[in-house]
Amino acid sequence: MLKQYETVFIATPVLSESQMKEAVAKYTDFIKNNGGEVVYEEDWGLRQLAYPIQHKTSGFYHLIQFKGTPEFVASLETQYHRDERIIRFLTVALDKNAVAYAEHRRANKQAKAEAKAEEPAAETNAENAEN
Amino acid sequence: MAENIKNQNNGIRFLNPPTLEVRKKKYCRFKKAGIKYVDYKDPEFLKKFLNEQGKILPRRITGTSLKFQRKVAQAVKRARTLALLPYVTDLLK
Repeated sequence: MLKQYETVFIATPVLSESQMKEAVAKYTDFIKNNGGEVVYEEDWGLRQLAYPIQHKTSGFYHLIQFKGTPEFVASLETQYHRDERIIRFLTVALDKNAVAYAEHRRANKQAKAEAKAEEPAAETNAENAEN
Repeated sequence: MAENIKNQNNGIRFLNPPTLEVRKKKYCRFKKAGIKYVDYKDPEFLKKFLNEQGKILPRRITGTSLKFQRKVAQAVKRARTLALLPYVTDLLK
């Protein structure tokens, strides 16, 4: 029986963009290769930390929502512990309210992204009309 | 004139008219808005339940119901783990 989980990890700010992508790919592949399923992924980018962790004041945040077994979560956290690029992580199980909230949040994000994508298009159309 | 005021206040005379404080009834914002899940990823929202030092405010001040106070506390602690909120600070707001 697969349960829904959500994991957020903070990677060190010294990573380059490609290194960060590689780290994310490592964990998504790890989920997929162990009978899990990635439901959603979100990159928060470089954020200021509220307090220093390992003498660092900022970090790359990444969120992954996935389905997996409880045993798998333990092995995922072991991977996090062994990885020097990860300075902090948190994995939580999602109950039905949390899953509903996550879906709602995702839909909101998508709607916003679409509105943003449409706006410049609408502007260019208006400009063309003027010309 | 003085006699009139005396009669109105049952014989007690006030220098200033007494101000009656009408307290607003506190309510649980989660129950009112129908929120079922408290998100730890939204530090701006969680700041409503913290004081200036980043401590969690008691229910008697925020009016949150017990059920949601537990969830708020859980969410704040998760946010602190992820450095979205500080453990200790001054002048959070």
